[in-house]
This record gives sequence, C-alpha cells and structure tokens, in this order.
Amino acid sequence: MSSNTMTSATEPSRFAKIWNSNIGYSFRKNPVAIVSMAIFLIIAMSALLSPLLAPYDPYDPASIDIMNSEYPPFWVSGSLPEFSLGTDDQGRDLWSTILYGTRLSLLIGICAVALQAFLGISIGLIAGYVGGRLDSLLMRLADIQLSFSTLMVAIIFLAVTQAMFGSETFNQYAVFFLIAVIGVAEWPQYARTVRATVLAEKKKEYVDSARVLGFGPGRIMVRHILPNSLSPIFVISTVQVANAIISEASLSFLGLGMPPSQPSLGSLISSGFDYIFSGSWWITVIPGVVLVVLVLVINLLGDWMRDVLNPKLYKG
Amino acid sequence: MSLLSVRDLTVKFAMREQTVTALNGISFDLAKGERLGIVGESGAGKSITGFALMNLLSRPGFIDHGQIMFEGEDVVTMNDRQLRGMRGNRMAMIFQDPMVTLNPVLTIGQQMIETLMAHRKLSREEARQIAIVKLREVYIPSPEERLEQYPHELSGGMRQRIIIAIALLLDPQLIIADEPTTALDVTIQADIMELLLELCQSNQVGLILITHDLGVVSQMTERTLVMYAGRIIEAGRTREIINDPQHPYTQGLINALPQQTLPGQRLKQIPGNMPSLTNIPPGCPFNPRCEYATDLCRSRIPEISHYGEVEVACHEVQRLQSNDARREVKA
Repeated sequence: MSSNTMTSATEPSRFAKIWNSNIGYSFRKNPVAIVSMAIFLIIAMSALLSPLLAPYDPYDPASIDIMNSEYPPFWVSGSLPEFSLGTDDQGRDLWSTILYGTRLSLLIGICAVALQAFLGISIGLIAGYVGGRLDSLLMRLADIQLSFSTLMVAIIFLAVTQAMFGSETFNQYAVFFLIAVIGVAEWPQYARTVRATVLAEKKKEYVDSARVLGFGPGRIMVRHILPNSLSPIFVISTVQVANAIISEASLSFLGLGMPPSQPSLGSLISSGFDYIFSGSWWITVIPGVVLVVLVLVINLLGDWMRDVLNPKLYKG
Repeated sequence: MSLLSVRDLTVKFAMREQTVTALNGISFDLAKGERLGIVGESGAGKSITGFALMNLLSRPGFIDHGQIMFEGEDVVTMNDRQLRGMRGNRMAMIFQDPMVTLNPVLTIGQQMIETLMAHRKLSREEARQIAIVKLREVYIPSPEERLEQYPHELSGGMRQRIIIAIALLLDPQLIIADEPTTALDVTIQADIMELLLELCQSNQVGLILITHDLGVVSQMTERTLVMYAGRIIEAGRTREIINDPQHPYTQGLINALPQQTLPGQRLKQIPGNMPSLTNIPPGCPFNPRCEYATDLCRSRIPEISHYGEVEVACHEVQRLQSNDARREVKA
C-alpha cells in the first residue's frame, strides 16, 4: 500500500486555499485584474454605504433647494465648497446622487442577472439533460426570444406597463419592472451556454455512475452536472451584469426606467443631457464616467475570469 | 433459485435509416455469489450487456424484448422508481476508468454519504461511519482523511478502490464490473482484482466481470460466456473453456495470447475484424474469419447447444473434435 502522504497538521483556512489556488495565483500575477477588482470593490462599497458616505439624501425633497441648481464641481470657478462635484438641475448634490444612483444601478444589474441566471440555468439544464423534443421546443423559444433585441422587448414592455398602471404607480415600482424585464429578456444567453455545457458533461462517466447508483434525474442535474458547469456560468455572469447595467441606463435614458426623483446613473445622465449645451456638462459627464468605469472594470474582470477558467488554457 | 436469470435478451439501436441488433437473444443464469466472466473483442456487446442488465441503455439503444429476472423481479418491466431503488442498492456497477467515474467537484465523503442517504434512512453521521467502514474494507489507509479529499488528489488505484467501496456501500447482491482494471497499470490491476475477488467471496456477492483479458477471467470467475457480434457463442465452466475451447473463435482468442507463442514468433492473431453491426454476414457471424467454415455456416445461424461440458454455437464442432482427435493420433 502507498504510504500516507497527507499531512494533516494544519488545515489551511478557506481564504488561504483560494489565495493559493490556480485562480488566486493568476489573480496575483495579473495587474489588470487587481486594479479592476480594486476599483470595482471601491465603487461597490461606496454604493453600498451611500447613506453613510453621502452628505445629502437626494431622495428627500426637503433637503433640496432649487436655488442651488447647476453649481459646477470644485475645480471649476464658481463652485460652492459644500457641493464637491457640483449640483444638478434640481439643486441636488451630484456626489450624493451619484452614490445613490450607482447603488440602484448595481442593484438592478445584479438582481436582473440573478433572475436571468435562475431562468436560464433551469431551462438550460432541463433542455440539455432531457433532450429530444423538449430540448428543441425550449431552444426554439430561446431563439425566438433572442431574435427580438433586448431593448426592443424592454421598451415595448415598459411602455405598455407605464400606460397601464399610470406613471405614478410605475415610478413607484420601476425597480421591479426593470429587474423583471431585463431578467426575462436575456435568459437565452444563460440557457444556451448551460445547455451546451450540460450536453458535454452528460456524456461523462460520472453521470453514468450517478445513474448506476440510483439517483433521480433532478438530483443528477442539480448536484452532479450543475457544479461541473459553473465556470462558463461565472464568466457570462460578469458580462451579463455589465450588460444589464447598460440596459438599465439606456432604458432610464429613454425615460422608461427610473424616475428623476430616484435617479439611477442612466436617468441622471439623461436629466443632465438637456443642460449639456447650456454649460452644465458635469451633470451628464460625471455620472457617465462612473458608468463607463463601472462597466469597464466588470468586463475586464470577466475577461480575466474567462482566461482563468477556460479549460483549454490550463488543462492542455 | 438463481440470483439473475436472463432470457432471450435482445437489444437494438434505432439508427437513422435502420434498426441494428446489438444483442441477439442472450440467455444465461447466475447463482447467488457466483462469478461470471463475459469475454469478447471490442464491439461484441459485452458492455451493452452490462448496461442492459441495469436497464440503463439510453437512446438510441433499447431493449427490444427479453427478460431479466433479478431476485424474482423483471428488470425490463420495472418503472423508474423501482429501477432507482434497485440500482446501486441491490445491483451495482464498476466502470472502466476510475479517473472519470467519480464526480470531480464533490469530495469522496460527499459522494459516499449521498449514495447512502439516497437509499437508506440514515443520519449524516451514521452514513459517514458506514463510509469509513467500507473504505477500510478496501484497504484505504486513514479513511477519515480520504473522505475530505477530492478525486483528483488520489491515484488511479486508490480511486478504483474507492469506486469499489461505493459499489459495496449498500451491500448489493450483484456487481457488474466493466473492464475494471483496463485503465490501471499492471501491478495495480492484480491488486484490484484480488481485492474484488476477496470481497465477492467473503460477502457472497455475485460478480459479472466484463473483460477482454482471458487471464483475468481464468483467475476470477467460475463460469464464462464468450460473445461475438452480439451473440453468446460459447458458455460453460471457465476451466473447460480455457483448457479446451470448442468454438473456433474461442480457440483463436486463446491461441492469440502471447503465452501461446514462442519468443521471436509472430503472435497468432485471428484474421479479419469483427463485422460491424450494420453488416453482419448471413449464417454464422464468424464464418468469414473461420478457417473451418462450410456452406452450412454461410447460410444458417448455428443454435447454441450442449456439447460435452460446455454449450457451443457452431455447426462444425463435432467435425473439429474428430479432427483434433485424428491430429493427436498422428502426433
């Protein structure tokens, strides 16, 4: 018998395990990934802590004074010291509004992707594992869904709901409508990726051996095939979060998203757009830069993750 | 009563244009605790037999007709629920390549405990204890630590031991081992075979060993089936089949063993290849490769029938026997 080579002296902690794994190593060796991750964490943390960090509450009409409108940011002459990034057309502190807006954008992006992932993974798993007619049916549905552009579906859906409920009710529940419409419009991305992975995994012998052990199809799908299909899911998730944030911003820009009283980054950009030629460029440009940076770092992280998790690149 | 009784098992594959027959009227019995070898070239239908016994064939394969009585119940007519209750629990299977049989993202412990809890009402801790006992039985050192490890942390031989332990977890009556050592190196092969033999003998577990290795069959099994192109062509006690094969194909297989050849001589191989399932010749499927083939062989399929100690499916077996006798007299 081979000797016992495992040393059970000190079990490394979970964090140390991740830090020393392949992924941890490639992360440490990749400056782009480190910088992107740092920027993303800074944006995410400040968005999360916006009620603490923001000097004003942009949702509170009492704290807004229309007389303060359109002050420029601090490096432009004529600025006020209490509004570091200036104010928007309604006299809201831009810095506070951006913090709250980023929080909304991230929230909508992540929740919409969670919904996409839930729908797409379930449908993809079932289509791939069961196969046959059900597979064809579900995938044709996905094709049909993909042949409408996301924005078109979203615009129609949001315009109809806005007309149906009236803009008062719509504005109240805009977050949920946005999450639902972006979530439902993009599930085929997940479903296709998951189905392709499941088709490959299903042929592997561990699936046969799970069947031989008497496991039912549900258990085999969720507990055996799904964990083996996670890497592509991670990769598309990052890209999809970035896409969802952009979709939300576009819809808000078109006036179908968040109302001006609760601005997300997109509606902030949109509301500043009217003033861009009258000299108040900062209302559009600063949130625009935040949006671009946020989407860029998420995409860079997604790129890095795709390289790391691509089995062709390290399994040889 | 026999543990397993297979009657006229016929498996077909629905291809695009036609339906091909992969197993053609297989019948055999297995007593409780008996060890049976199934040998043949690649494509003879050995592995399909194993899968069919579990009723695990997936499209395009299906059981066309036949009966698989296992502990008095017909596996062919069981519903999904009954099949799940049987698989892993009363009938277990061991696959060829231990590198890919275990799920790479679950620890050994998770896989063993999951299996136990799927079939028995046990607490997690009780299941863990049983898993440890079973790992000890297959001589895995420090099993508590192994439970926490992932398959990629273990060697091939170790993994195959663990797979055997998983097969034995629920004390099945029958284990189907499909070339269990083909992917392992020779020294470990012997270890694993010895282990499997020991476990089957001590627990009175029936074993169906699917292999192309006649040496393994002669050490491990009491009876042997020789398969060719989806049919059983010779069946009987392993000792008789190895020492005195009747069917020309079995004779060819045994003559092809390297031990039958002196150093420097060419190995005696059987000329030609196994026919593809879409293109099986009329008559005896072996006739194009058989040096004794006659017109009868080319037109009629031989029935399997008793001949001396064994059952053989060959028209010419009697003539061959007398030829042998004559040759011996001359020598």
